[in-house]
Amino acid sequence: MSRQSLSKAHQKITELSWEPSFATPAQRFGTDYKFEKSPKKDPLKQIMRSYFPMEEEKDDRVYGAMDGAIRGNMFRQVQERWMEWQKLFLSIIPFPEISAARAMPMAIDAVPNPEIHNGLAVQMIDEVRHSTIQMNLKRLYMNHYIDPAGFDMTEQAWANSYSGTIGRQFGESFITGDAVTAANVYLTVVAETAFTNTLFVAMPGEAAANGDYLLPTVFHSVQSDESRHISNGYSILLMALADEDNRKLLERDLRHAWWNNHCVVDAAIGTFIEYGTKDRRKDRDSYAEMWRRWIYDDYYRSYLLPLEKYGLEIPHDLVEESWNRIVNKFYVHRVAQFFATGWPVNFWRIDPMTDEDFEWFEEKYPGWYNQFGRWWEAYNRLRYPGRNKPIAFEDVGYEYPHRCWSCMVPCLIREDMVVEKVDGRWKTYCSETCYWTDAVAFRPTYEGRETPNMGRLTGTREWETLYHNWDLADVLQDLQYVRDDGKTLIPQPHLDLDDEKKLWTLDDIRGIPFASPNITLNEMSDEEREQHIAAYRANPNVTP
Amino acid sequence: MVTQDTSKQRSFPKPEFTDAEAGAVTFPSSESRSFNYFSPKKKRATIYEDVTVDVQPDTDRYLSQGWIYAFQNGPGGYPVDWTGLKSTDWHRFRDPNEEWEKTIYHNNSNVVRQIQQNLENAKKAGAYSGWSRGWTQFVERHVGAWMHAENGLGMHVFVAAQRSGPTNMINTAIAVNSAHKMRFAQDLALYNLDLGESIENFDGSMHRDVWHSDPVWQPVREVVENLTAVEDWAEALFATNIVFESLVGVLFRSYLVMQIAARNGDYVTPTLIGTGENDYERDLRYTRELFTMLTGDLEHSTANKRLLQEWVNKWAPRCSRAAHELQPIWSQPQEKVVMFNDSWSAAVDGFRSVLAEFDLEEPKEMAK
Ligand SMILES: [Fe+2]
Ligand SMILES: [Fe+2]
Repeated sequence: MSRQSLSKAHQKITELSWEPSFATPAQRFGTDYKFEKSPKKDPLKQIMRSYFPMEEEKDDRVYGAMDGAIRGNMFRQVQERWMEWQKLFLSIIPFPEISAARAMPMAIDAVPNPEIHNGLAVQMIDEVRHSTIQMNLKRLYMNHYIDPAGFDMTEQAWANSYSGTIGRQFGESFITGDAVTAANVYLTVVAETAFTNTLFVAMPGEAAANGDYLLPTVFHSVQSDESRHISNGYSILLMALADEDNRKLLERDLRHAWWNNHCVVDAAIGTFIEYGTKDRRKDRDSYAEMWRRWIYDDYYRSYLLPLEKYGLEIPHDLVEESWNRIVNKFYVHRVAQFFATGWPVNFWRIDPMTDEDFEWFEEKYPGWYNQFGRWWEAYNRLRYPGRNKPIAFEDVGYEYPHRCWSCMVPCLIREDMVVEKVDGRWKTYCSETCYWTDAVAFRPTYEGRETPNMGRLTGTREWETLYHNWDLADVLQDLQYVRDDGKTLIPQPHLDLDDEKKLWTLDDIRGIPFASPNITLNEMSDEEREQHIAAYRANPNVTP
Repeated sequence: MVTQDTSKQRSFPKPEFTDAEAGAVTFPSSESRSFNYFSPKKKRATIYEDVTVDVQPDTDRYLSQGWIYAFQNGPGGYPVDWTGLKSTDWHRFRDPNEEWEKTIYHNNSNVVRQIQQNLENAKKAGAYSGWSRGWTQFVERHVGAWMHAENGLGMHVFVAAQRSGPTNMINTAIAVNSAHKMRFAQDLALYNLDLGESIENFDGSMHRDVWHSDPVWQPVREVVENLTAVEDWAEALFATNIVFESLVGVLFRSYLVMQIAARNGDYVTPTLIGTGENDYERDLRYTRELFTMLTGDLEHSTANKRLLQEWVNKWAPRCSRAAHELQPIWSQPQEKVVMFNDSWSAAVDGFRSVLAEFDLEEPKEMAK
């Protein structure tokens, strides 16, 4: 189509909508934002007639690559260390994708602009594409990778795992609560515009370095739809900015969305990239370096900062603190260590770190060895069953952490932990901002105004609560993270499949009591609790 | 002269032989190569099931910590009481069309290609030159007006409802339905644009006036707008795909336009309208499957039928009235090939047979 006929076609399609006079569309989802004063902004346009063939062509490339990978025996060169983390990553990500599809009518409900409605409806179809294409990739991994256990129970495992709940925020946040907070600020303005860069660009690069060129093929194809979504989000953001009354809500939501994305996405993707790779070339960018480029420079400086000219207060402090947590407070490393400590309740295997890994970490994150080196040596030493319990239940100087009530990643930067009684229960938070999220942001009033549409934090937010005082073997049986011989565990703290004696079974973990830190905390007297918290914050948690 | 920059060594990760291929080693679960958390409908799971089932979790299945966000005044996630219908197991529903990413793009692209080709051929062959003024006006006004119905339902019934169903299988089928509707609406709009460029005196803006204010179309617009206003997602789906489509959609597309176009020298419009009809047949399949499951529910069959009957009684008279108000357009073309009453009784037959499948009764007003 010529440029001229394309613009005529776009013009024509705007004629499809009309002002209803008999009845207006059901308002299923509310927002506290107002759009009456907003000028109508146009996002990038897309006509179905060109959209479908364009996507079909992209698909053909993806499926061609999949066939090629199998014919070319790709899995003979894939690193198991990497693939094991894909059991976690690919269990999580199809849900956020499909949630993005489900979020679109919320934004359509909230924003009175037919031009944007069209863009959002196309995005809905994109997101169905993303979700199912990723499920299909996972299915291929299950069929062709050496160890299918964990892939085979993927959606079940994700739904009952502590790690799934962390990831689920990146998804549930799109579809619940205030329609604009969820479907615009959290989903598009922050998650898609900022954090998909690490998800869909940085991570595929690392996959390729580990012999997997299918993940890049699929995820780059997914990412190529993203610019239209970003444009949808930006148009709505500009419309929201037209009403002074929305400013405080936008600032609240930017803070919440930024911080939660940082807590959740950096924890997960940071771990996959830093601990899932075998590529230890010194000139390979660390997650921190990638973050600096994709998030700090490309997003914060080029997208967020310019919004200040509209009088919007940008969460500079939170951006800087995220960076500080990543480089100086070892956020990603603490998360990886936590995942590895918790290996018996995972549904994937975690490879121990070697001297080569140690050297790379020390080079990229000076001081790493002093904080984590001896713990990973202990992890390596304790990796086989028989002589010892799983590392979490041996004394290696590591105190199991409290969980953050808001972001559900544990309070790993121990000195930053906040403890408050909220809604009648003592709760722990990883940071001041996570405390604010629960106590201030997700409430029916905000800074003296009614916010009846804002969401609430719900659910059994501390996973361990479900299994307080259970036997670890019973926990695993309840989770069904057991292989098809009925006794060998799916999770293992190493990659050795060649000798069954090296594989942990239910018998190896029977008799080990499991406990909930939060229930324990709530059972303490005031004095005990004060002491416990002070000691927790002061504990450097270093293996001697 | 070629010079090599040696100041910066380019470095690449080295490929390594890992033998991480299926079958390389035998150990517990080494042959566990199917998703084992759901029961497939047939013996082996289809790709459609593999990529769709349980992606939207459920506290009645594996979601052990529950939904972690909620609305201020109600639960989060996908509450089953967002419809009045009930099911002992919503997850049993499978889309008979097995729609997922690959089928969505494949089918819709095929339709797009077919339409593009037809329109190009039509232009080359001067296919519009034989149209009478009366037929041109019919297409301008009535085929034109119909694009709005398709778009309104696509955007505000189907896109809206796919947030609300209790399983991924239901919501994805509805999402695909919405894609069909919006594509078809745009196809009609772009066809209208084409005609404006090919036929002298074709008024490309007339469809808006007709949809907004031509008295024969107002009851249709009223029903469409009321359908978008329904809160219960299953009612919106049922009232649209079972009642409105049977009595108004199929009546207009199949039993009017498709029947009379050729006799009026128009071989192009039916190919376009035919794609919409095809989409609808496809979408009717999943809709039937869903409501058959619900009317046959072991525990809730009676209550579900009672509620569906209420919906029939509420929507059928409105749709019937809208259909009858359209009657004058049957006599507008030069060649009046069909009588309204014949079209209407064909549409009612279709509606009756769907109702019979659900064991529902036709409302009394319709019996005449
Ligand atoms: Fe996406
Ligand atoms: Fe937190």
